[in-house]
Amino acid sequence: MSNTIYQELQDKDSDIKKTKILQALETEDLSVQFTDSLDNEMVLNMGPQHPATHGVLRLLVSLDGETVMKCVPELGYLHRGYEKLAESCTYHEFIPHTDRLDYLSPMANNVAYALAVEKLIDLEIPERGKYIRVIIAELARIQSHLLAMGALVMDIGAITPFLWAIREREKILDLYDVICGARFTTSYTRIGGVAQDVTDESLAATKVFVDEFSANLQEIRNLVERNKIFIERCEGIGYLAKEECIELGLTGPLLRACGVSRDIRKDAPYLVYDQLDFRVPTYPDSDCLARYYVRVEELVESTNILKQCLEKIPKGPHTALQSKKILPKKERVYTKMEELIHDFMIINFGVNPPKGESYTAVESSKGELGFYTISDGSGNPWRMKIRSPSFANLQALAPMMKNCMISDTVVIIGSVDPVMGEADK
Amino acid sequence: MKPERLELLKSKLQNFTINYTEVNGTPALYITKENIIDVCKILKSDNDLKFDSLLDAISVDWFEKKDRFEMIYNLTSIDNNERIFLKIKLDSKAPAMQSLTQVWGSANWYEREAFDMMGIDFINHPDLRRMYMPEEFEYYPLRKDFPLMGIPDSIPLPNK
Repeated sequence: MSNTIYQELQDKDSDIKKTKILQALETEDLSVQFTDSLDNEMVLNMGPQHPATHGVLRLLVSLDGETVMKCVPELGYLHRGYEKLAESCTYHEFIPHTDRLDYLSPMANNVAYALAVEKLIDLEIPERGKYIRVIIAELARIQSHLLAMGALVMDIGAITPFLWAIREREKILDLYDVICGARFTTSYTRIGGVAQDVTDESLAATKVFVDEFSANLQEIRNLVERNKIFIERCEGIGYLAKEECIELGLTGPLLRACGVSRDIRKDAPYLVYDQLDFRVPTYPDSDCLARYYVRVEELVESTNILKQCLEKIPKGPHTALQSKKILPKKERVYTKMEELIHDFMIINFGVNPPKGESYTAVESSKGELGFYTISDGSGNPWRMKIRSPSFANLQALAPMMKNCMISDTVVIIGSVDPVMGEADK
Repeated sequence: MKPERLELLKSKLQNFTINYTEVNGTPALYITKENIIDVCKILKSDNDLKFDSLLDAISVDWFEKKDRFEMIYNLTSIDNNERIFLKIKLDSKAPAMQSLTQVWGSANWYEREAFDMMGIDFINHPDLRRMYMPEEFEYYPLRKDFPLMGIPDSIPLPNK
């Protein structure tokens, strides 16, 4: 099984008859003449600056007429070397960088990173902190999926659902503004908890959003789901067999759209997901339409999770009390000697986890987002490997695009929903 | 992973010299690079183990004289909901190992990334090119001896 995908791609390589233009290029013969204008295979360079590639993804597509014969994705146009940077940051200093990984759902990255470091220093945070994290992580999922479904529909040609989805997404950004003070690059979590407690007003605002959201989502769905153009352009497009999806290490909505019910929130529950009641939507078809439906149903499930969290969220501290590992509150730093010393030590030398390794994965909106952290006992990580779901999912792009039409490529990219900030790190 | 399942895994792999450790509660198997492919084939095809999904490959530079590099593979079994790590120690001078694309297709890009960032050579890899850096780049940025600020003129600019 393993070799088939690449074998086929390679076989295709040797199968392709050398066209006149290729022969001319190889021999540097400039006097080539074409009698038939359809006589050659065309290589199309899509991106990195292309609106439908959702960022700086570059695709080299070889075309026979309108059919895609082969596709090679090229990455690295947004590579900022975060894994290298992490090695010279203290654990706290890296939190703002996590916003810039999956910039469509920054809160989910904040939560994943904080959990990874807490596992390394063996720290348990209070119940209220856990609930706050679930709330912001689910808001991030809604935020990301709204853009994914809106952009997919817009790539097909429907502008209105995109605008309506963005309108809802804007409300979430406003909520972030109330909860943490920033709309886009949130950096809200801290090691041991969150930056500040959520107020009753922000919880009330979240509740208003959640109550209205179901109806607004239904409005968008009414526009899309019985639209003949949408269904015909998605159904059966971008099909990838279940075995190949598993083989290629896909996670998240792409895997659930081929009938595999894998969700880390259920399979290895973190935070308080084991106390919440939700289901994992799966579809067996493994095409663009199935991926759309998985995302939409996850939106509904996320709303349910949010409703439960808003009811269950307990009173109490939001951050663990362990002054040697966790940044103390500013008012205490200015008044207490002990806290001043801890603050100085944590800011200058870091939290110094014990020597060791740890891996923590969470279910982000794109799939399994994991941090493999190696500590050598000092304040900086020795190695920080980010397992970004978009990177792994993009690998499936080439087999999905094989033998599809050129107009389907944008639909397939939209259904994979890659974020290049995360894929390129 | 439950203790009895780990025993089962050990009995299936008793023909190989494997050092068992753990990463925060998850089993981690130190495998010699000679029999990595055989072990992986058993892990994937055995009906009880069924580690069918390779999720990540992590390259580490320990910056020591002996066995400087290490590859860590993140394996999961979807049916059994289990996770293990495979660890392979590699030479300091010329780190090389057999590519796991022979067993799991997803290893392709993960190993390209490890090659690009850490300079580890994967034998029998179908498409070992740089993943992020430009093709003409000569260094391996995630190695510990590569400075954080980069090396001046390491990426040649086009002539005027």
